[in-house]
Amino acid sequence: MGKMKLMPDAHGRFGPFGGQYVPETLMPALDELSAAYHQAKTDKSFHEEWMALLKDYVGRPTPLRQAFRMSEKLGFPVYLKREDLNHTGAHKINNTMGQILLARRMGKTRIIAETGAGQHGVATATAAALFGLKAEIYMGAEDVERQALNVYRMRLLGAEVHSVHSGTSTLKDATNEAIRDWVTNVRDTFYVIGSVVGPHPYPMMVRDFQSIIGIEARRQFRQLTSGFPTHIVAPVGGGSNSMGIFYPFRQDPVALIGVEAAGEGIETGRHAATITMAERGILHGSLSYLLQDADGQIQPAHSISAGLDYPGVGPEHAYFHHTGRAQYVSITDQEALDAFHRLAEWEGIIPALESAHAIAWVIKEQKVLESANARVLVNLSGRGDKDVDAVLGYEEGNHGQEPH
Amino acid sequence: MDKSRIKDAFQKTRQEGRAALIPYVTAGYPTLGMLAPLVRALEAGGADLIEIGIPFSDPLADGPILQEAATRALAGGVRVQQILDVVSGIETSVPLLFLTYVNLVYRRGIEQFIRDSHEAGISGLIIPDWPWVESAQHQAWAHDHDVALIPFAAPTSTDPHLDAIAHGHGFVYTVSVTGVTGARTTVDKGLAPLVTRIKEHVSLPVAVGFGISTPEQARETGRIADGVIVGSALVKALMEDPDHAPAVAERFVKGLRDAL
Ligand SMILES: Cc1ncc(COP(=O)(O)O)c(C=O)c1O
Repeated sequence: MGKMKLMPDAHGRFGPFGGQYVPETLMPALDELSAAYHQAKTDKSFHEEWMALLKDYVGRPTPLRQAFRMSEKLGFPVYLKREDLNHTGAHKINNTMGQILLARRMGKTRIIAETGAGQHGVATATAAALFGLKAEIYMGAEDVERQALNVYRMRLLGAEVHSVHSGTSTLKDATNEAIRDWVTNVRDTFYVIGSVVGPHPYPMMVRDFQSIIGIEARRQFRQLTSGFPTHIVAPVGGGSNSMGIFYPFRQDPVALIGVEAAGEGIETGRHAATITMAERGILHGSLSYLLQDADGQIQPAHSISAGLDYPGVGPEHAYFHHTGRAQYVSITDQEALDAFHRLAEWEGIIPALESAHAIAWVIKEQKVLESANARVLVNLSGRGDKDVDAVLGYEEGNHGQEPH
Repeated sequence: MDKSRIKDAFQKTRQEGRAALIPYVTAGYPTLGMLAPLVRALEAGGADLIEIGIPFSDPLADGPILQEAATRALAGGVRVQQILDVVSGIETSVPLLFLTYVNLVYRRGIEQFIRDSHEAGISGLIIPDWPWVESAQHQAWAHDHDVALIPFAAPTSTDPHLDAIAHGHGFVYTVSVTGVTGARTTVDKGLAPLVTRIKEHVSLPVAVGFGISTPEQARETGRIADGVIVGSALVKALMEDPDHAPAVAERFVKGLRDAL
């Protein structure tokens, strides 16, 4: 394998994907952000400040350990990278810490963010609270209902939560509204995007901040086994935790597996498997793959996991799919729920429903992986505390519908 | 049916010593069947150019009123091909422009969309989430096919951007304030210096949109700019009496036109 070209290029392109599709009003702000990020990246003191926060506030490095009982059940070694042990319970905070530090450097006093399940909203509110900044979080009205606890968490952290009633009242609409806010208040506002999506430089910047996952995992795995995993498996919503663990391994002999949400089944049309559908389109600032109809109207996504419930995906994932560097598969709601239970029983770890999708794929592919002598590394992107209520409700509801 | 019609429209209003009036309607609101009567009513009311919005599911440059119009149009099942078909059948002497979002253009195929628009009698495309850096490479091709890709300028625009769009066609769509579409009560103090600055770089006509709703605002803006774009305020008026949309539109536009 030759050395891969450095991506993205100067225009924010990952091959045909990426770019900057935003109103002219925002273009100078993107240039300003690119320049500030470039400067920060080459500034040792920025890196040191960020690393110190990750260590002493977020709790990094997160452990990487073999899941022994799971390995025994499946017949091949499985390792877990424990992003669930971060402060606030998921990988999202790696990115928000980086972006908030950048916002401070740029002298921006107002922070905005979009959120779906509320994980990125909580991570943004947390980082803002730490530095005494005001955060305003846009969240679809439907998600505000479904994720009442996270709404309260954000408010506890001093953030203002705006309920968005337009469109489908979910994450894509919250993102539209955050962009509208940014267009309006661009001069003093920093928009903290929660995944490897949006216009350049966001996909690159969020990838770089989340790459701490893969950088640690690569070192830890080599210390533990003196080799590489055969497969790295991670759930894909917008694609930040997966890109974070994939990217530092991109030139290594490792299969990279992104697991999308098949929802109620691809054939039902009620899913969030954007890359599986692989239809190119432009939304929220970049060209990537999109769930859309024949005209290009965006189709609502569906997943039991709110963090995967997004009709787009980061442009670099589209590129990895396009070049074949990563494979993208999908897991249904039911398969993810089963895996949610299995990991809890086997390892004493309740995974986030997003992360349960990655676990489910490993269980589903047990035979193939066993006969291939696989050593599988799973990115456990978050913990399941946030989902316990919903899973309970879902299972009681389903149980109630069963014929007696 | 070609791009010189945009130029002609601005030349005519300049000769008359006033700004061009450019109203906006969303195709499919209140119904697609109303589109042709609406366009005729806008022309009768005194429109110099007309913007026809193709509704998109995620209109991130629009405020609540135009979002609502798009949502209702899409709920009514309107499709891009139907809009093209209806527009093809409209007979008007006023240049027509499409306003939509880049994914609908990209999905159809950029060149296909431009070709189809031209065949439907469209003189220009206004795509708010297709900034110059991304659309510039298609400028010449579109121009050869008689469609102007209308360039944007905003209060935040840099001088290098204004120099770049000097190579554009049609007119400069100037966003009067940082923000989204929607009615506002006053004309921003920064508008006059902004238009002056644009004109130092670009020889195209400068039309101003976002927030103009009353005849007074139209008059004030018309003193500063070559064109006045009115969207949300008109659509809001239609929403108050959708059954009589063409009559409402004609009256509304006439009120603005008399003020210019
Ligand atoms: C725990 C967890 N995993 C995964 C995701 C999906 O996002 P991404 O694909 O950007 O990692 C989320 C999003 O909320 C999440 O909370």
